[in-house]
Amino acid sequence: MSASSFLIQFLNGLASASSLFLVAAGLSLIFGVTRIVNFAHGSLFMLGMYLAVALAPQLGFWVSVPLAALAVAAFGALVESLLLRRLYGAPELLQLLATFALVLVIKDFTLWAWGPEDILGPRAPGLAGAVTIAGRQFPQYDLFLIFFGPAVLGLLWFVLTRTRWGTLVRAATQDREMAGALGVNQRWLFTSVFALGALLAGLGGAVQTPREPATLFIDLQIISDAFVVVVVGGLGSIPGAFLAALLIAEIKSFCIGFGYSKITLVVEFIVMAVVLVLRPWGLLGRMPAQSRGAGALEPPLLLPSRGLLAGLAALAFGLAMVPAVHTGYTLVLLTDILLFALFAVSLHFIMGPGGLHSFGHAAYFGLGAYGAGLLVQKGGVPMEAALALAPWLAAFGALVFGWFCVRLSGVYLAMLTLAFAQIAWSVIFQWDAFTGGSNGIVGIWPSSWLSSKTAYYYLTLLACTAGIALLWRVLYSPFGYAVRAGRDSPLRADAIGIDVRARQWAAFTFAGLFAGLAGALFAFSKGSISPEALSVTRSVDGLVMVLLGGIQTLTGPVWGAVLFTWLQDAVARGIDYWRAVIGGVILLLVLAFPQGVTGFLRERFAR
Amino acid sequence: MKLKIALGMLAVLAATGAQAQSIRIGELNSYKVFPAFLEPYKKGWELALEEINKAGGVNGRKLEVISRDDNGNPGDAVRVAEELLSRENASVLMGTFASHIGLAVANLANQRKVVFIAAEPLTDKIVWENGNRYTFRLRPSTYMQVAMLVPEAAKLKKQRWAIVYPNYEYGQSATASFKKLLSAAQPGAQFVAEQAPALGKIEAGSVVQALMDAKPDAIFSSLFGADLQKFVREGNTRGLFKNMTVFNLLAGEPEYLDPLKDETPEGWWVTGYPWSEINTPAHKKFLAAYQAKWKDYPRLGSVVGYSTMYTVAHGVKKAGSTDPEKLIAALKGLEMDTPIGPIVYRAVDHQSTMGAYVGQLAKKKGVGTMVNWRFADGAHFLPPFAEVRAMRKD
Repeated sequence: MSASSFLIQFLNGLASASSLFLVAAGLSLIFGVTRIVNFAHGSLFMLGMYLAVALAPQLGFWVSVPLAALAVAAFGALVESLLLRRLYGAPELLQLLATFALVLVIKDFTLWAWGPEDILGPRAPGLAGAVTIAGRQFPQYDLFLIFFGPAVLGLLWFVLTRTRWGTLVRAATQDREMAGALGVNQRWLFTSVFALGALLAGLGGAVQTPREPATLFIDLQIISDAFVVVVVGGLGSIPGAFLAALLIAEIKSFCIGFGYSKITLVVEFIVMAVVLVLRPWGLLGRMPAQSRGAGALEPPLLLPSRGLLAGLAALAFGLAMVPAVHTGYTLVLLTDILLFALFAVSLHFIMGPGGLHSFGHAAYFGLGAYGAGLLVQKGGVPMEAALALAPWLAAFGALVFGWFCVRLSGVYLAMLTLAFAQIAWSVIFQWDAFTGGSNGIVGIWPSSWLSSKTAYYYLTLLACTAGIALLWRVLYSPFGYAVRAGRDSPLRADAIGIDVRARQWAAFTFAGLFAGLAGALFAFSKGSISPEALSVTRSVDGLVMVLLGGIQTLTGPVWGAVLFTWLQDAVARGIDYWRAVIGGVILLLVLAFPQGVTGFLRERFAR
Repeated sequence: MKLKIALGMLAVLAATGAQAQSIRIGELNSYKVFPAFLEPYKKGWELALEEINKAGGVNGRKLEVISRDDNGNPGDAVRVAEELLSRENASVLMGTFASHIGLAVANLANQRKVVFIAAEPLTDKIVWENGNRYTFRLRPSTYMQVAMLVPEAAKLKKQRWAIVYPNYEYGQSATASFKKLLSAAQPGAQFVAEQAPALGKIEAGSVVQALMDAKPDAIFSSLFGADLQKFVREGNTRGLFKNMTVFNLLAGEPEYLDPLKDETPEGWWVTGYPWSEINTPAHKKFLAAYQAKWKDYPRLGSVVGYSTMYTVAHGVKKAGSTDPEKLIAALKGLEMDTPIGPIVYRAVDHQSTMGAYVGQLAKKKGVGTMVNWRFADGAHFLPPFAEVRAMRKD
């Protein structure tokens, strides 16, 4: 690499960093003040892009950019005041469910409004060409971006440190309750912060249009990048976000420059994992203040009543009777529902009672599935043995990743689990010779005595009910109580001699084992396995199931899994815009039952 | 009154009778994940279905398609396919777009012993390494499309080649095939740089710079979609394509070419579908019918959807039933017409000989088109039978 190309790659990195910073800054700001993990931030970015390319032909690029950003800001304010405001009292993470629903709705809206084709926006008038730097052609627009990012950073810094509004924002970021107690109008503050965050996302999208087309999949792509930047920089820290954006963009640029382009698939997650392991609160982040009484205080899980136990037993019995009535597709759907229920319960085990929010639980599902597939195909192991062994591979994965993860807490922990899941995903995606790469492994069917739908259904029913029962039973064992104590008050738990971290680590591994079982069952039910089994989407599906059912309940995740899987099956069959419908249903459920469906029922009956 | 009720019931019976008589075809695809390609595809098979049923159906029975969205992942696709088979009683499966989903459904078809016509997946494995007797594939595969470009590439006698491809199976196998075929056609060709950005996430500026650093004489790319658009814009701005020979798989397909508009890089060698310039009677008829029904022009996906539907119709007609074994026998060696020429489903690997158009990109009034194009018949761009047999495990 010559000096001049080194310089150009450095400038490329700077330009990319600016775009990355814009979207991450908004996310960081929103999280810092409202504690909302805004999953829809990428969707706001996408809206900004589409609005800008739609407005540019009539108004010209330079007018369309600020207009698009303002429109997205207005939309953000609307979302905050109509939707999210109602959820601040709900258990944490429920807002995540609401913003996930928004992602679905916005995606289908975009498809409906602007059609399926990618739209490549016009070049920026006045900056359409290139300048010669070190004998190379460098786009003028990229030079503009290199200055635009820091300019926005400076502006934000000014607003946050030199204005009264900024003081309030910083106060709320540091201690939301105290700011509220001192008479800061939180409603207005939250709405304005959310609107500003949305503005930055929309602006980020709009300024990106001369560099890349508006597409329907940009939303999820941007959101994972933005999360990484925010977390690496330190949640709530704007300069941190800038630093992180710079670091990641430069690393990517030089990976490409030095010919290691393949690693760009996962490099940002490797960076995130390293940073979080070394600096648990990001580069410039501070230890977050404990949020006090924001959500309803979590009531302890009571022993299930006799009535509930009898009901569950009756349900299991009823499920065992299903093959007498239906033999066809019902069994296929129930098999899916059962194994996702086990997956959701295993996630709930660490998220609810354990208090360890995992955004990467699919890693263990996928390790179980790949373990099963590889044991059968490469190891020549019989299917039954593979099914029994594969979950231990997942447990081993959880053991290794968990050791790092339980050192953190809150969103940092969640993001580290995500990072590990992405690293595992990329290894499987990349390792063509062993894992089949992006195509995965095909031809892994159950043994002949299990190959009928009915037989496999019984196997799944048995394994999943046993798994779920065991996970639930453990919650009421001394170990389970110790884990719950660690969630409710780490300090007190520590004081009475509980090694909180060790318990959490064990819980993490235990949950991984059962996620792996679900994954292995999944692999044999489908006959094939591909990297999607451990993608972010699968992790998010698990989160949605848990939150939909109610995170602070015992049986909630099961109902969440039933509802979500059934909804996807039923709605996708007949309706064109099924994603929007599912999003709409989730929004309604979230607004009507902020405690989750089961939580709502429990409150009802408790009265 | 009673008579009326009785008549009404008769009508209902007759209707359900006709329903029971229709041939039910299960169709699944990732409509929501790849709408740009799959909306035209759906319009294509809907047009064919209408034509077939207007002409009286097949063997006196109407065709009925039950279409599902597979949510873009193999797990859901397999579930949806199971639903089509056991709840909807579909006797044939067709569809899929992404390779891993196509492979998963092909694998299910093999297990459930039902015929599956893979419409779009490009992976070579679906007919070769992972081929099975129940699966047939319409579209020319990655290998075939690469093979169509290689003769042009070898003719130019360029020494130093740089390669850029999306980092997943399609891009990897396109690259591997290109290296293998070009090395055979032009011994001594060098491959001086390889860039493999993640699908949909190309850092175009850095990739363009890295390619320029390698000082290649020519570039072979298998980028498409948003990656291609970013690459083209950056390459145009930074002068990568000045006096550079570029080959780009698929870039002439309207799905990927049309969004480029005035950025369209002139002179690139591509495979594609110049729909407005094809003057064969078969294509003219298809074009007129398509435009009359949809008030839109066809994309390549439209041709694929249309021809997949006709594959099922011709296959069932020739077999005289939907019995899988008879259908397999009928489809093996089935000869039929498509809007872009006659094809044969090869008995040896169940791959159709559908071709593609090879030509160069040009700009006309700010819109990308193909010029100097010719039709490459897929039959000439497949490896010899012995090689294929060695790859297939059945």
